[in-house]
Amino acid sequence: MTELRHGGIEQAFDDEFELDAEPAVVKSLGGRAAQASQWQLVFWKFRRHRVAVVASIVVALLYFVGIFAEFIAPYGPQKIETRYTYAPPQSLNFFVAEPDGSRRFEPHVKGYTIEVDPVILKRTFVIDPDKIIPVGLFVIGDPYRLFGLIPMNRHLIGPSNPADPMFLMGSDRIGRDLFSRLIYGTRISMSIGLVGVVISLFLGILLGGLSGYYGGAVDTIVQRLIEILSSIPTIPLWMGLAAAIPLTWSPLTVYFTITLIISLIGWTALGREVRGRFYALRSEDFVTAARLDGSSELRVVLRHMVPSITSHIVASITLAIPAMILAETSLSFLGIGLKPPVVSWGVLLQDAQNIRSVSTAPWLLIAPGLAVVTAVLAFNFMGDGLRDAADPYNE
Amino acid sequence: MSDEIVLRVRDLTTVFHLKDGPFKAVDSVSFELARGKMHCLVGESGSGKSVCARSLMQLVGPTGQVEGGSIELVQDEADGGLIDIAKLTPNSRAVRAIRGRDIAMVFQEPMSSLSPVHTIGRQITEVLSLHLKLDRKAARQRAVELLSRVEIPEPERALDRYTFEFSGGMRQRAMIAMALACRPKVLIADEPTTALDVTTQAEILDLIKELQDDFGMAVLMITHDMGVVAEIADEVAVMFRGRIVERGDVHEIFERPQHGYTKRLLGAVLRLQQPAANRHHLGKLPETPILQVRDLAKNYQLTAALFGWRRPQIVKAVAGVSFDLNEGETLGIVGESGSGKTTVGRLLLAITKASSGTVTYSDGAGQRIEVTHLNRAGLRRYHREARLVFQDPFSSLNPRMTVKQVIGDSMLVHGIAEGRELEDRVAELLKMVYLPPEAMERYPHAFSGGQRQRIGIARALALQPRLIIADEVTSGLDVSLRSRILDLLFELKDRLGLSFVFISHDISVVRYFCDRVAVMYRGKFVEIGPAEQITTAPKHPYTKALISAVPVPDPSVRRLAFRHRYEAVGT
Repeated sequence: MTELRHGGIEQAFDDEFELDAEPAVVKSLGGRAAQASQWQLVFWKFRRHRVAVVASIVVALLYFVGIFAEFIAPYGPQKIETRYTYAPPQSLNFFVAEPDGSRRFEPHVKGYTIEVDPVILKRTFVIDPDKIIPVGLFVIGDPYRLFGLIPMNRHLIGPSNPADPMFLMGSDRIGRDLFSRLIYGTRISMSIGLVGVVISLFLGILLGGLSGYYGGAVDTIVQRLIEILSSIPTIPLWMGLAAAIPLTWSPLTVYFTITLIISLIGWTALGREVRGRFYALRSEDFVTAARLDGSSELRVVLRHMVPSITSHIVASITLAIPAMILAETSLSFLGIGLKPPVVSWGVLLQDAQNIRSVSTAPWLLIAPGLAVVTAVLAFNFMGDGLRDAADPYNE
Repeated sequence: MSDEIVLRVRDLTTVFHLKDGPFKAVDSVSFELARGKMHCLVGESGSGKSVCARSLMQLVGPTGQVEGGSIELVQDEADGGLIDIAKLTPNSRAVRAIRGRDIAMVFQEPMSSLSPVHTIGRQITEVLSLHLKLDRKAARQRAVELLSRVEIPEPERALDRYTFEFSGGMRQRAMIAMALACRPKVLIADEPTTALDVTTQAEILDLIKELQDDFGMAVLMITHDMGVVAEIADEVAVMFRGRIVERGDVHEIFERPQHGYTKRLLGAVLRLQQPAANRHHLGKLPETPILQVRDLAKNYQLTAALFGWRRPQIVKAVAGVSFDLNEGETLGIVGESGSGKTTVGRLLLAITKASSGTVTYSDGAGQRIEVTHLNRAGLRRYHREARLVFQDPFSSLNPRMTVKQVIGDSMLVHGIAEGRELEDRVAELLKMVYLPPEAMERYPHAFSGGQRQRIGIARALALQPRLIIADEVTSGLDVSLRSRILDLLFELKDRLGLSFVFISHDISVVRYFCDRVAVMYRGKFVEIGPAEQITTAPKHPYTKALISAVPVPDPSVRRLAFRHRYEAVGT
């Protein structure tokens, strides 16, 4: 190209009365925003959302617990201590009062004594403040295989003497440690929904994308399909399927199968969302520009349109996971989702189904219930934060 | 001054409390509004003129706040004498009593400032019953009077119609009728004609002026258009970055501007009053057509009812357009909204498929190509040589790509350059539009509107095109930037030997930039000829009406009152 003639215009583009205002994003985020990619902007905007940041830390923590369940839990999920049934939760203390009045640092829990009700002769465990059970970190306990591979016997926390009882959240009907079971349950409950979300995601993006991009007849067909699918009631379907699946299958396989079928129906919400985004994007000038630049249809979609909606999709996923967690919990609670011996939050809640066990051992309801509420809230807050940050260009 | 002052504003300061700290949108602004006088507040986007107007009625919430100065509304002793609006709490009873009764406002967007779910009549009578405590019958009677006063035909029937049944101009009339309902002392008009076509704008300006004389109101007119100022103002205040930099009589300001900013603003406006200086020294152009368009038409079929046997309605967006574009020539297409000019641009590039007619393009090798029949590969080749520059500098750049990717994408796709070579090419293109090469690593959000438009131009140039279709490239920009973008296009045109089809609704921009002009009205070219002839001696009555409706930035010429009017036949 020919030589450049600098001077007149260049100067004219930059004078003292240049009113062409600085863009809002740059103004609010400072100079570094100029070279920031979409994901950086999303991250910066997300970081301002305090509650969402805390929520995402909670979510990360939950997954961490789920991944290292064997190590973090003091006992195995099925370990039965028949001597201690319905033992109440012990609190973790750090100092022991010596007889001379001084205080010595020693993490411990208090032991139990058995009280027998003289009228109905019912045995109950009560905390005995004089029995001290020392507790340590990285103690040796029951052997296990980390990730099912690495043989280990160290636990993050546990009684220094493996024979002593330690039930931080109490024990259940047959003397299993609720704390350990809750930790194992985290693994199943937090991951089982992901499978469903992934399948929904795939179908939602594919069909929603096609529908929004091509419009016309394709759009009409997909939209009618969505309307039909979303009119199918899920719980009766789930119950029917649970009855139809061979009994020989393991409970986990059964659950995966049902999740798969449910997500074949459950992609519709995401499909609608993706369709709407594609529909709006299709008429954006920059998409026309990409087409005029000579990009093929596939390139227009993958290079120009998909990046514009990924952040929205991430936000939708984050909001879809808690729905799956709730579905698992409620279905397992009803007895048509996961079944023992699989341990999940919903399965744990099954123990709290009758009022009698709730009145004698309220911790059976409170601990798994809190876990579900925490997880769902954390995901929702995180999803809200992500959704607000998903489009950093509209201030 | 013998004028009766009705509103006296002293050191008005309005602050917005944003997340990043306070922002002074209006900074110690002082002015006076006198009975029967038209006061114009002029400035470019972001100068704070609208905020200033809204502050007068305490309408800047929730983040904004009037923090200093006084707004004195002069009233009769009977009504409580002097009231300082700045001291009143926003949305208090006292402020609400003033809104609509003493000070009324007309907004820019007549569609969104009138409620779509209430009839025009209900909206007007509501104001009347609120402030004047008129009963239903009297209020209705009054509303009919008002509507006929703003020249809405058949006012009795118009009362029971909804806003969406009205055109933009009619809605603005209804809005004005509403504002006038209580005979306010002060009328604030915030860009009342910006969303309207020039011919409608002229009518609305006429109306406001006339009503002002009849009612003896003080009018505060907010505008960015120096032409409008020259046409109607008595007094002018020029706003820049929240401050009034210059204030005075309209003739004074136009003839002897004092402040640098006023001078520059007027300079930019006046530059666009004549053809660009560097347009004529090109010499005679060779008469080889690059584009030949014959009987181009586009019909849209409105969707018929689902089970209806009605004949589908057909809308002729473009109805038989023919022209030749010679190499190195710029053809302007002007028209009002809905005239089909943008559709013509899209048909030329085959973005939309023509219903009938031909577009013949002569490529670099002299081969004649029929654009309307091109297949996918042929179109891809055609789009290398014929490029589009978009109107909206915001939506036309992908926010998720760096400037390098935006500009370089076409070269990458066509396998022209990649890696370092691509970077060099992009740097070169950026230099052509006077942006530093470092800009390529940045994202579009780091650039202002004018800069983005230049990036868009660089993208169009990346494939070394021969023909550029520019669709309203300057309408998203402030006036001072317009002539600069046009000058840049001129320079590029000369250097790269480009031909232009330049689509715009702005006559002054077209006159400045184009060799020939086609005037479009209802899908047809009503007149086509040299730019000079079209703008100074138009032949077709529509062109005459259009040209004469454009306000001239010279207060001594005021000619809108003597303009041509054009009523289309058979509509």
